[in-house]
Amino acid sequence: MAMEKRIEIFILTVDELVSRTRSLHDEGYRLVQICCSKVDESGKAVLELDYTFDKHYNLYNIRISIEEGAEIPSISEIFGSAFVYENEIHDLYGVSIQGISIDYRGNFYKTAMPHPFTQD
Amino acid sequence: MGKQTIIPFGPQHPVLPEPLHLDLVLEDERIVDAIPSIGYVHRGLELLVSKKEYAEYVYVAERICGICSFMHGLGYCQAVEEIMEIQVPERALFLRTIWAELSRIHSHLMWFGLAADAFGLENLFMLSWRLRESVLDIIEETSGGRVIFGACKIGGVRRDISPETLRDMCQKLEKLKGHMDRLTGVFLNDRSVGYRLKGIGVLTREDAQRLGAVGPLLRASGVDMDMRRLGYAAYERLSFEPVTENDGDCYARCAVRARELYQSIDLIAQAVSMMPDGEVDTKVLGAPKGECFMRLEQPRGEVLYYVRADGTRYIERFRVRTPTFTNIPSMIHCLKGCDFSDVPNVILTIDPCISCIER
Amino acid sequence: MSFIAKSPWILHYDGSSCNGCDIETLACLTPVYDIERFGVINTGNPKHADILIVTGSVNHQNRDVLLNIYNQMPDPKAVIAVGICAITGGIFAECYNVLGGVDKVLPVDIYVPGCAARPEAIIDGIVKAIGILEMKHQNMRIKSKWRLRWPWKSELKFSY
Repeated sequence: MAMEKRIEIFILTVDELVSRTRSLHDEGYRLVQICCSKVDESGKAVLELDYTFDKHYNLYNIRISIEEGAEIPSISEIFGSAFVYENEIHDLYGVSIQGISIDYRGNFYKTAMPHPFTQD
Repeated sequence: MGKQTIIPFGPQHPVLPEPLHLDLVLEDERIVDAIPSIGYVHRGLELLVSKKEYAEYVYVAERICGICSFMHGLGYCQAVEEIMEIQVPERALFLRTIWAELSRIHSHLMWFGLAADAFGLENLFMLSWRLRESVLDIIEETSGGRVIFGACKIGGVRRDISPETLRDMCQKLEKLKGHMDRLTGVFLNDRSVGYRLKGIGVLTREDAQRLGAVGPLLRASGVDMDMRRLGYAAYERLSFEPVTENDGDCYARCAVRARELYQSIDLIAQAVSMMPDGEVDTKVLGAPKGECFMRLEQPRGEVLYYVRADGTRYIERFRVRTPTFTNIPSMIHCLKGCDFSDVPNVILTIDPCISCIER
Repeated sequence: MSFIAKSPWILHYDGSSCNGCDIETLACLTPVYDIERFGVINTGNPKHADILIVTGSVNHQNRDVLLNIYNQMPDPKAVIAVGICAITGGIFAECYNVLGGVDKVLPVDIYVPGCAARPEAIIDGIVKAIGILEMKHQNMRIKSKWRLRWPWKSELKFSY
């Protein structure tokens, strides 16, 4: 059995997200991506959002955990490119994100079923 | 100020072989906004990890996109290798580099053709696609496939290239350089091409950084960023300088890709001259456990893979952030303020790959 | 040989393909393979087209687009499904957003297998489709002749 590989991720609460993102922006970081994954935590479905930033080819990761259907604040006011990721997460996972700079209101990804990535 | 009109663009459009839908908001002939909506090519292949074993999934990863197919396979393999801490043989790393650069050449030549078609020079389209065929011949000779190579696997590569073939390859690419001079000469020096490209769809350095542009689009705006600097595969040992231009318009993007063609040929020549002997793959045992981010430089820019595995044969979560996806905000930004007749041009100069966006 | 077989125009629509078959279809039109020697021209307008080439599988989003394009094409017309995704869904058949092959939506005349389909195979498919176009054209002519002579029999059906 191979060793378990871990990456450096800073786990934050939802309230800390915007302030940490703003300080990263001021330090000159660039938003690489926002990724959402659905994980099972002792029988309860939890959505983990990973925010990846980059500066001089080094990655800086932030992770927040939320329950399905929870609301989180948008970071698109700080990083202009965040709106595509946030719209994607809204359309595929059904996370409602408050205050996206360009909000397509669920018309970005057109799929047969709503929030397909949360289905089992 | 005229009244606003909304014109739908796509999904079936003569200029794009792929289905992209944009609602263009126009004031007279000027674009004031563009609203993309995607989902025509969405397959949901990130969810396929729960149905295919991790070693099998390489085939699916290669089919995220047929143009950068080798790079997608490479990125997925590298991510899994990183988690499992597999030492890939030296020779395999060099072979991967060669194939990656070959697919960059074929992708850029293809883009030149499509761009020429978009601004109305059909014989230039034909010329660049003819040159592209000679690259595809090399790819077919070495890997067996034309667009989907199937050459990469976890732990190495599937086939070796003989020294004679490598030598031939270098000679052919050297010859191709002469033909490419003619092609890029038209793109960069012709007056009518310049008229269609210069000053169109300008993306300034600040905007490019703010909107998170990557790849040739970013480098055309004067930012020196190239993920090959991370030194994956054999790039650590090859010397190269990222190509940058300062104008940030359609012409600068053309120039960046033109110079990258020569850079790729040079990188292949370097890799061939330094090629070590030995095995091309290692045995892979067990299953991955853990998570990792992996970044590569594709023809269209930086791509990021996220793999999370729980120690079974099936990976838990696989995510790709493709370069075109992160270039959408820049594309919308470039479209605003340009003429309706320049829309195909501007869209093509970001080199959109729709099946990459939607996965 | 009727006029229709001499210069059929093709229309290419990308379903949810990975681009592999699309670039191979485009490669057929360019110098090395050059399908223009059979008089085939790629067009962007469905009303000008005789042959519809579909690459990639069908999903809920693009089935209406496909039907729309197909209905706009004038008769006689032929449909070619290029690549394994367009035939059955291929490697993506298990994906949640994929309905399956093109024949779930349109009547397909020619199936061109491959992942990605090779240009030689696509050219072969197009040449076969020209034969089908010719046949459909003949049937249409017979039908219209009958309609002139025996208008009361106009509901006669001819299977292609």
